[in-house]
Amino acid sequence: MISVRFEGIGKDFGAGPVLDDVTFDVEAGEIHALVGENGAGKSTLMKILGGYLPATAGRVLLNGEPAHFVDQREGEADGVVLIHQELNLVEDLSVADNIFLGRELRRGPFLDERAMRREAVTLLQRVGLAIEPTTRVRELIVAQKQLLEIAKALSRQARLLIMDEPTASLTPSEVERLFELIRDLNARGVTVLYISHKLDEVVALAHRVTVLRDGKYVTTVAAAETTRAQLANLMVGREIAAMFPEKRLQDAGDVVWRVEGVGVPGWAEDIGFELRRGEILGFAGLVGAGRTELFEGILGLRPRIGGHFELEGRPLRLRHPADAVGAGIVYLSEDRKGKGLHTTLRLAPNLTLMALRRYTQPLLRPERERQALVNALRDYNIRAGSLDAIAGTLSGGNQQKLALAKVLHTEPRILILDEPTRGVDVGAKQEIYRLIQKLASQGMAIIVLSSELVELIGIAHRIVVMRGGHLTGRLEGDALNEPEIIAYATGVKGSHAA
Amino acid sequence: MQPESTVPTTRSRRPRFRLGGLGPLIGLAALVALATILNPSFLTIGNIFNVLTRTSFIGIIAVGGTFVIIAGGIDLSVGSMAALLAGSMILFMNALAPTFGSGWLTIFFGVVFVVALGGVFGLGHGLAITKGRIEPFIVTLGTLGIFRSVLTYLSEGGAITLKLDLSDVYSHIYYGSLLRIPIPIWIFLAMAGLGGLLLNRTAFGRHVQAIGSNEQVARFAALRVDREKILTYVIQGVCVAVATILYVPRLGSASPSTGLLWELEAIAAVIIGGTALKGGFGSVSGTVVGAILLSTIGNVLNLTSIISVYLNAAVQGVVIILVAFLQRGRRTQ
Repeated sequence: MISVRFEGIGKDFGAGPVLDDVTFDVEAGEIHALVGENGAGKSTLMKILGGYLPATAGRVLLNGEPAHFVDQREGEADGVVLIHQELNLVEDLSVADNIFLGRELRRGPFLDERAMRREAVTLLQRVGLAIEPTTRVRELIVAQKQLLEIAKALSRQARLLIMDEPTASLTPSEVERLFELIRDLNARGVTVLYISHKLDEVVALAHRVTVLRDGKYVTTVAAAETTRAQLANLMVGREIAAMFPEKRLQDAGDVVWRVEGVGVPGWAEDIGFELRRGEILGFAGLVGAGRTELFEGILGLRPRIGGHFELEGRPLRLRHPADAVGAGIVYLSEDRKGKGLHTTLRLAPNLTLMALRRYTQPLLRPERERQALVNALRDYNIRAGSLDAIAGTLSGGNQQKLALAKVLHTEPRILILDEPTRGVDVGAKQEIYRLIQKLASQGMAIIVLSSELVELIGIAHRIVVMRGGHLTGRLEGDALNEPEIIAYATGVKGSHAA
Repeated sequence: MQPESTVPTTRSRRPRFRLGGLGPLIGLAALVALATILNPSFLTIGNIFNVLTRTSFIGIIAVGGTFVIIAGGIDLSVGSMAALLAGSMILFMNALAPTFGSGWLTIFFGVVFVVALGGVFGLGHGLAITKGRIEPFIVTLGTLGIFRSVLTYLSEGGAITLKLDLSDVYSHIYYGSLLRIPIPIWIFLAMAGLGGLLLNRTAFGRHVQAIGSNEQVARFAALRVDREKILTYVIQGVCVAVATILYVPRLGSASPSTGLLWELEAIAAVIIGGTALKGGFGSVSGTVVGAILLSTIGNVLNLTSIISVYLNAAVQGVVIILVAFLQRGRRTQ
């Protein structure tokens, strides 16, 4: 069993301290959660522990001995394994290849494929993954990849497992399965350091919780003696009022957008719905229910079959994403780094990208773009070190607010948000909910796709539920509750007569 | 109001934007200083014009290449395309000469023809790459062979020569001067200026950078990704055509060895200029400096006797690798 002591850890990338004199203990054999807003320094601290980054000050003690990992290899040799938030798998290699990547089993100069496959099978069984070791990782769903990462960690004889936001894209049942596995590993003597934004999870899973805020250590509390609300307050450093703004009672506005008969090959069949002015319509469903793919299909981002659209009563053609933006319909992807933001570009080009026409006359006016950025940083409370920062250097919450500002910069009538608070800290979440509510009250029609039921119930006026590519339920009023939604999402209720 | 906090950095990797603009310029300055010490005649107006005039072909092609590469593509065919365009332009003008005379009118038609043909070649590349969904490397590797082979067929292995009277008139374009500065230099500067304006101050230029930086994000931002990518290849084709317009009056002929290995020099100029080979970032001014740097090397070797001229390509190669090494910057923390 491994115990960890962080002693006066400091880290500075050159733009001011990211970590400042952080000191706390992780006891051997416990599940220790680390919480804090995005940018609090959690991931940086874990990377220092795992040997991915050197600390600027202080030291890490493992079982009382100073640890000096030059790189993650040395860390792993000592049983310290870090599973990154962005999973670290080679998509085109097989499951077994991934498990043994970098420490392949050999027989003489050649790979011992058979031994690796055999051992992979055992490891996959331990984590409860029913897949062939020869399956290519590309073919796995996110939850399976998450479990595969754990199998990989097990193969490295992990005695200290560090997990960074492992449940960010898992459904509740997948989360439950993961937790069982973590508890099982823990029972076998693996110390677990668990980073999460989801305070419910933290309270349910961890023995003790350490809170970081703005790179500084705040406190460590026993999970059994704390509540989600207390943790949230500690993280933000101020009282959080109700998480969700009050839903304004609204008279059902006119139908803004009517969608009929949309099919997306392999993902969705014959979907139709109506969206009203000033309404927030939630789309619920398990991962893989086809929600994201449905909207990508509607907007022309992936092949679609059929589909009849009416915008304020007039027929609307949607063949290219630009048609949608032209009609005032914008979509913010769930995949912020892959589809939402140009993380290697600066802030201003990101902000104005979809509305560049406003800044050309006919040449671009950089000073006007800059002014727009200044306004957006203020309006959306985006915290950036400088106006010339690269978008990828912002924290997750600030990136998400920038991505929101970007799609809203087109001044849309209809806003479609896919997992708008994924990987975002509590403070930013609340700001985003307020923003959504404010936009709706100003008459914008909004669709929110989310796997977090609490979130959907908290903000949506109506919720439609998808299951296996079909719309199985339309809920409003008192029906907006978790059991009801889950019943439709899992097929207990609702049938889909084609 | 929350206090402005410092940028919370989650990853140490920082794009190497800083060296991009200045590095090649410093390199060029160092080379010029060295050359002047070795041979004072390097820094004469005559020699400088000589170098810049010779740079204009590669330079103009590289301006187009900057767009293609920033958008995340590559065009390997430009040398062969230049050869085929030169041959076609000569044949076209020779055919028109009996009707329109051996004067500027024929040359004008020739210019229009070659620009249109270059644009069509580029369009073909763009369509094959976007609509046909074939890797740009493969498409242009294919046309690299096709273009040169067609030229060799048209010239029957020899040279295609411009009629002498036409050649006499046309040669002014290459050998003539305007305000005492050779015309190719003017055209090079004009193309570079236009390219810079297009890249930095238009929505198209911004889209090109966005596509090269992350095509998926660009698609989700509703940019017309295919159209913009096709346009970069059309621009490349037109740039090759403009280079050809300068090249034809120089020798008045085209042969299977015309434009040989120009693609490598053009791509090298773009990369030396700080443009990322994987796209997303780059500058036209960097490309101009890169092109000048490359041709200065040859010139310096000619003027001095320390290293044989035969090793020109070797020295260029060393410089390319060296610049790439310097621009690697702090990419790996």
